[in-house]
Amino acid sequence: MKVIVDLALCQDHGQCAIAAPEVFRINDEGHLEFDGTPEEAMREYVEEAADVCPVQAILIEG
Amino acid sequence: MSAARVAVVGGSLAGLRAAEQLRAAGHTGPVTVLGAEPWLPYNRPPLSKEALAEGGAPDALAARLAFRRRASIADVDFRLGDPVAAAVLADRTLVTEAGHTLGYDGLVVATGLRPRRLAVPGPSTGRHVLRTVADCHALRAALSGPADVVVVGAGFVGCEVAGTLHGLGHRVTVVEPAGPPMVRVLGAPVATAVQRHHEAAGIRFVIGAGVTAFTGDSRLTGVVLDTGETLPADVVVEAVGSVCNVEWLAGNDLDLSDGVLTDNHLRAAERVVAVGDLARFPNPLVDDVPRRVEHWSIPTDTAKRAAATLAAELAELAGVTPDLVRNGAPFAPVPSFWSDQLGLRFQSYGSPALADEVRVEEGDPDHLPGGLLATYHRDGRHLGSLAINLSPARQRELREAFHHEGVPA
Repeated sequence: MKVIVDLALCQDHGQCAIAAPEVFRINDEGHLEFDGTPEEAMREYVEEAADVCPVQAILIEG
Repeated sequence: MSAARVAVVGGSLAGLRAAEQLRAAGHTGPVTVLGAEPWLPYNRPPLSKEALAEGGAPDALAARLAFRRRASIADVDFRLGDPVAAAVLADRTLVTEAGHTLGYDGLVVATGLRPRRLAVPGPSTGRHVLRTVADCHALRAALSGPADVVVVGAGFVGCEVAGTLHGLGHRVTVVEPAGPPMVRVLGAPVATAVQRHHEAAGIRFVIGAGVTAFTGDSRLTGVVLDTGETLPADVVVEAVGSVCNVEWLAGNDLDLSDGVLTDNHLRAAERVVAVGDLARFPNPLVDDVPRRVEHWSIPTDTAKRAAATLAAELAELAGVTPDLVRNGAPFAPVPSFWSDQLGLRFQSYGSPALADEVRVEEGDPDHLPGGLLATYHRDGRHLGSLAINLSPARQRELREAFHHEGVPA
């Protein structure tokens, strides 16, 4: 599974980091960091993160 | 596997998520989504923020804001631009405004809301609402040079529009009969603090006044208030709440008194579920009173539960035993919403609007950009939390609190 975040859209709401903390996190500067190739076991959480993103910036490929 | 046909009436977020979640729940039969607007489902919150600020033609806006379609719904048939006019549940048929009929085995009601309009005398030009990309385009197109804008209604949409139009250089006045901005949700201490913040930024609020008429002949020139004052206006935005799109369901013995009444599993009738803003369901996190919840998280949450309910019912018809464990659990979503206004980012969890006591736990109400946390209570129970400009890490604690407090027995 490949995760892509459109950083031009991302506004650091951090809702993804609540839905899938193993994959997305907001760093100490308040900006998004994420694992672009999470394990397949994370899919349900990554999909939830993509669903709850207020600006719909998260794309899941594969 | 069930080959039952599912019709999803409503082509916005709730309808899209319902289609996705039907697939996730194992439904393999045909799914048709019928949308009133001519565009594939798109994300509405930016319409009062970035999309309004940046502008664009409706087609371009809809393309820019379109939700990504999961591979699982590649075979879902989207029939757009033709609203459903009527349903006959006893026959399991739908008829559209263009006169097309469609039979189904299972029905998802996802027709959502439309803006309420003011019923006052005066010219009809220059009056706008904001719900669709067409509305957003029309409002933006009406504002070429700096203009006098009156926003009627200080709810979330009204305040977001006011903030965005102020940022574009327009002179913005917000008129609200009920109380300080967003008071129904935020409660008085926070709402009055937000009003002070917005006023300091340059927005005028007229609180406690109602609109009695618009002035002007061919062109709108002003807004007459019941205080006797007339506000100059080139453009009015009516942000006075919503009406449920349920007329097409009339005559079917459903309770349509406020949206569509469902049980806790979003079931409205045999093989009929409702999702999104118009589903009126009890949430055991609060109590046993069915309520509609107009928060952005609710279409996704209700779609998940409703799709499981409907897929199980259709599977049972086909002789497959539904997953009793998954389908037996109570549906107890933690509603959440966010809003961006003039340098303030609001993030709410739970049901602050149902509380009767507000506690400001952290922060200075006279300096909201520095951060504020308020909690909301009723009968000693914690029902909601609101963060203004707090970090996502803090927000996680706020959301988790409701999961840990859990569902009362």
